[in-house]
Amino acid sequence: MMKFIHKTASPPYFYRLSGLWIPWLGAITLLLLIAGLYGGLIAAPTDYQQGESYRIIYIHVPAAWMSLFIYMAMAAAGAIGLIWRIKLAETVAVCSAPIGAGFTLLALVTGSLWGKPMWGAWWVWDARLTAELLLLFLYLGVMSLYVAIPDKRVASRAVALLALVGMVNIPIIHYSVEWWNTLHQGPTVTKFDKPSIDMRMLLPLLIMAVAFKIYYVWALFLRVRVELLERERNTQWVKELLHQSKEA
Amino acid sequence: MSQGSLSRVFLALLKRDLLLAFRHRAELFNPLLFFVLVVTLFPLGTGAETRLLQTMAPGIIWVAALLAAMLSLDTIFRSDFEDGSLELLLLNAHPTSILVLAKVLAHWLITGLPLMIIAPLLALFLGLDQDVIGLLVLTLLLGTPVLSLIGAVAIALTVGLKRGGILLSLLVLPFYVPVLIFATNAIEMAMSGMPVTAQLWILASFLLLAITLTPWPTAAALKLSLS
Repeated sequence: MMKFIHKTASPPYFYRLSGLWIPWLGAITLLLLIAGLYGGLIAAPTDYQQGESYRIIYIHVPAAWMSLFIYMAMAAAGAIGLIWRIKLAETVAVCSAPIGAGFTLLALVTGSLWGKPMWGAWWVWDARLTAELLLLFLYLGVMSLYVAIPDKRVASRAVALLALVGMVNIPIIHYSVEWWNTLHQGPTVTKFDKPSIDMRMLLPLLIMAVAFKIYYVWALFLRVRVELLERERNTQWVKELLHQSKEA
Repeated sequence: MSQGSLSRVFLALLKRDLLLAFRHRAELFNPLLFFVLVVTLFPLGTGAETRLLQTMAPGIIWVAALLAAMLSLDTIFRSDFEDGSLELLLLNAHPTSILVLAKVLAHWLITGLPLMIIAPLLALFLGLDQDVIGLLVLTLLLGTPVLSLIGAVAIALTVGLKRGGILLSLLVLPFYVPVLIFATNAIEMAMSGMPVTAQLWILASFLLLAITLTPWPTAAALKLSLS
């Protein structure tokens, strides 16, 4: 088992393997996005309370899910990198941060676009919005720390450490903010106040969630490949690769 | 130094840091001065209406305390990093995580404790109810050590960098949010005559969590910064 992991996690092997996967991942993402958007924007029925504007959940909710999921993935990859010193895991942790920050920003922007017609304000100090904003700051902290440390091996270990500390803190921050909000203001519109959701509405949402997940893997692979090439530029396999591409 | 028992090394380190701080008395007052200045700016910015200031007082004092604590973090490890004594600390036979606690404790005694002492005065400036001033000091007593402990992790990560200033605020402030929420909430609740034991217990649990959990990442980050 460990042998298999070490083989797959070796940069040249991963580089070749991910090269094969990337076109497929891209194609699947595209197909799922088309299916999910069609289902969500056209096929799904209009909501009886919110009208057409509820349709933003097909972007907003999967993006919010991804923002937390990627933080967990980043912390897990960071832990693996710290414990077993696997270079690939470190790179995965580092490369996850900008994608996660992107999804967090997307969730915030779509949330605020939806909030304007629904709550009558671009920004409300709602618990979820605030927690998401803090999550964005955590992502930005991770990214700036990585940029600030010149030695990239040290930088990725520092990032892994920070991501782990953040992982312990995210639940605390999340529940604190929720508690803060419930005490400060009462009437906040909850997003899913309906007991059940129509199947024709739910299915596109799930498709979009899967599409976003696969997009993450796709974008991650692209980023990790570039990062690996840059870090390993003095190794034999990168030189051979360069040589091959020059000949071709 | 490696010959002594852990408690002796701990105390020696604490004594050394306190002594160093008292030899630089001007630096000692900087965070305190900053704290007072920030609080003074608020009435000038918002207007000195008593009711407004009263409702905002817990938030103003706590945000100022947060910023003052953050600005003073640099002193925990910076000078030791520059003169090389941090390396000796890591080479010591005793666990770094516990020695780090001595440094953080010294930092809190130097920066957190003075904030606690001056806070009642500022509370009077802002017209805070006299009944809740004791509570304000209590929340500072429970909360400011958490700020130092969490800050130690961030400063350990950035001590090797030339410019850690802005980065430090990004790393530290999101983690300070829970303390801010519960501390200010306790004071606000007390002002409206409600019980605040829950908030105080939660703040105390934050403190215990921070004491037990933060020394490890701090020690690990120091090792990284020195590698």
